[in-house]
Amino acid sequence: MFNFILKRIAVAIPTLVILIVMSFLLMYAAPGGPFTTERALPQVIIDNLNAKYGLDQPLYKQIWTYLINVTVHFDFGPSYAFKDRSVNEIIAKGFPITLKYGLISFIVAVVFGVSLGIAAAIRQNTWLDYLAVGFSIGAQVLPNFVMAPILVLVFSLWLGWFPGGGWEGGDIAHLVLPVVALSTSFMASIARLTRSSMLEVLNANHIRTARAKGLPTKDIILKHALKPTMLPVISYLGPTFVTMITGSVVIDIFFSTGGIGLFFVNAAFNRDYPVMMGITILLGSLKILFNLVVDILYAWIDPKIRY
Amino acid sequence: MKTKLFLSAAIGIAISTPGFAADKMMNGMKLSDNQVFTYRLLDDLQSLDPHISTDVNGAEVFRDIFEGLVNDDPQGGQIPGSAESWTVSDDKLTYTFTLRDTKWSNGDPVTAQDFVFAWRRLSNPEIASEYAWYMELMSVVNAKAVIAGEKPLEDLGVKALDSKTFQVKLETPLPYFVSMLTHASTFPVPQKVVEKLGADWIKPGNLVGNGAYVLTEYEPGEKVVRERNPLYWNNYSTIIEKTVGLIINDENIALTRYLAGDVDKTLVPSGQYPRLEAERPDETHSNPRSCSYVYWMNMSEKGPEALKDVRVRKALAYSLDRRVVTENILQGGQYESFNFTHQATANFTKPVLEWANWTQAERDTKAKALLAEAGYGPDNPLKLTISYNTDEAHKKIAIAASQFWKQKLGADIQLSNNEWKVHLTNMRNQDYDLARYAWCGDYNEASTYLDLLTSSSTFNAAKFASDEYDRLLAESKTQADPAENYTKAAQILADVMPIVPIYQYTSAIMVKDDVMGWPFDNLMQNWYSRDMYRVEK
Repeated sequence: MFNFILKRIAVAIPTLVILIVMSFLLMYAAPGGPFTTERALPQVIIDNLNAKYGLDQPLYKQIWTYLINVTVHFDFGPSYAFKDRSVNEIIAKGFPITLKYGLISFIVAVVFGVSLGIAAAIRQNTWLDYLAVGFSIGAQVLPNFVMAPILVLVFSLWLGWFPGGGWEGGDIAHLVLPVVALSTSFMASIARLTRSSMLEVLNANHIRTARAKGLPTKDIILKHALKPTMLPVISYLGPTFVTMITGSVVIDIFFSTGGIGLFFVNAAFNRDYPVMMGITILLGSLKILFNLVVDILYAWIDPKIRY
Repeated sequence: MKTKLFLSAAIGIAISTPGFAADKMMNGMKLSDNQVFTYRLLDDLQSLDPHISTDVNGAEVFRDIFEGLVNDDPQGGQIPGSAESWTVSDDKLTYTFTLRDTKWSNGDPVTAQDFVFAWRRLSNPEIASEYAWYMELMSVVNAKAVIAGEKPLEDLGVKALDSKTFQVKLETPLPYFVSMLTHASTFPVPQKVVEKLGADWIKPGNLVGNGAYVLTEYEPGEKVVRERNPLYWNNYSTIIEKTVGLIINDENIALTRYLAGDVDKTLVPSGQYPRLEAERPDETHSNPRSCSYVYWMNMSEKGPEALKDVRVRKALAYSLDRRVVTENILQGGQYESFNFTHQATANFTKPVLEWANWTQAERDTKAKALLAEAGYGPDNPLKLTISYNTDEAHKKIAIAASQFWKQKLGADIQLSNNEWKVHLTNMRNQDYDLARYAWCGDYNEASTYLDLLTSSSTFNAAKFASDEYDRLLAESKTQADPAENYTKAAQILADVMPIVPIYQYTSAIMVKDDVMGWPFDNLMQNWYSRDMYRVEK
């Protein structure tokens, strides 16, 4: 196991370097630069800007400098669009916000999704099952960019229960709508995945044996069915977790949270190379890390799996 | 200790007795107890540094927390700001400003040296301000060479004669020089603070301004808050205690939050003006705004052969039915445009254009005749592509234009949708046939539009070049009244037709009906929190 983890980390490093270099090249391949603006700037001003940010250097030098700054100094550089702030500052400010609503949404999605899926599987073909499946399909066809404005309309404008946006340090009132908007469709996916996985497990031989020897249903579910049910769910949860905590553009746009998702998308539009790179690296590292966590969880849940 | 106590007591009194107590009247209306103004910001601020930022959102904040030499009045005229008065030399090349006795928000006096420092800083190649060209546009002596790093900062034509006298020398007389001074890039910055803290001077807690408000809270991506500055020279007249800008990216969400009472001012989302105007007539406003929407026509070597023919360009311009664009697509009270320069621009007389007064049917007939003359018709259809950047309204207008040209001229029109920076790059490199563009004036004067089309202008995407046009604009810089030259230049544009003028902007906004003092009549839509107040309703 220990060797396995070491090996995975050893592979992760070149993966990250390739990710950095590829993203860097792709970014530069896109037409226009950070200083291509509505007002055509005089060449001398563009030259001044390029000199200030080192963009007048040859590309290989820029990549090299960037890699050194990131790995040695942990410095992701300045933002070209938000010139008062460095990428480190933008991430330090935005990521905790994203992490907070993402984490809460994840917990909500997992707890409700898994419970709903299990309940639906156990009571297959009853009203509970139909309700759960109906809800899941409904929630999945309502993407969060439709969900968010509806929530604001109903709960802010009509009912006046929750503020329609803002963060205010992330108090409960400002968290409710973003969490509901972000977690619902994930919850639906988790519920459907859990339900079908559970149904499969309940038909498996070892469950039939357990039933045959007269174990109470509660024990069968908790002791014998739950763990194998969770296997496909966990492989889904790993990447989902990263997606949720690294921010949703939609949530940031509709609820003005100040999270990192909006910065990421705007960085692409602004050709704000360092911000894009910084968040890409953050995202990539987290993805690699949580894929590893999922693999470890796998081994723990299913003793048949050995690395 | 004693002095400290005394000081805080003095500030306490200053704060608790603002010029207008809550029960005071203003223009016959009782002032509200609530003097907080909340508005919607489209995007996060690029920077809190007036020399670095280039966005409109930032300019709105800077007008509150800094004060330049002059301010806009609610009608868009210029009134003294940090400068109490100014004189102009006979040759119109030297402006001498006498500053008021004012203070920075840290208590230091605002000096002429601060202005010198600020203007040099804007031109400094090391700062690399994107607005450095504004110094050049104002024709300040040596601006061009200083920006290019060819001359030292000290050679820039600005000087502090004494601590309260600021002098600017221009290379050519500019009749509208003073009106350019309301632009945020000309605002002063506190030399002492900036020199001490460097780039960190705009970090939270460090920022020092000389405006009617001070920045008290800034949450990137969420909100920006400024509150009354008790040290402001005219604090007595300030009524709004606190202005909050909430960053709400989506215009429809912003409208919902306006209706929910979270914000007092927001934009009317496109297409919703008629409905909102009917439902809330007292809160929905549409006023001229100095921006103009056009299609460039590529006249360069790289452009299509057809567009090199003036008859084709005219046929395209004539046959685009602007009424459909303004009344059916945009529906926000926009003006049909036959002229690049916004019709409400100060001191601008539109040339008398025959085709502008024709009916659309007459224009269509003429367009067909012109196109046939140029040799295009059913056997040889005109083939062109309209490029536009991603946006619902641009798409709708491009579809409408392509339909007009297809139906009326039998042209084969393709649409090409590109992401913004790709669109800009294609335009700058003349990799397009027809390209959507909009220009918003930097100041209220026709040259802010017309200068774009001189042959040396970097903005001139059509590569239109006319010696006569260049001459008229060059001459206008030294004229006491350049209005006639502007009209002649606009006439040349109509004759050569390098652009298809489509519509001129209005600013369609919602403002709560208890908020008074919004500068509806200011074409530049430059607003200052200190001009506003809330009344009891």
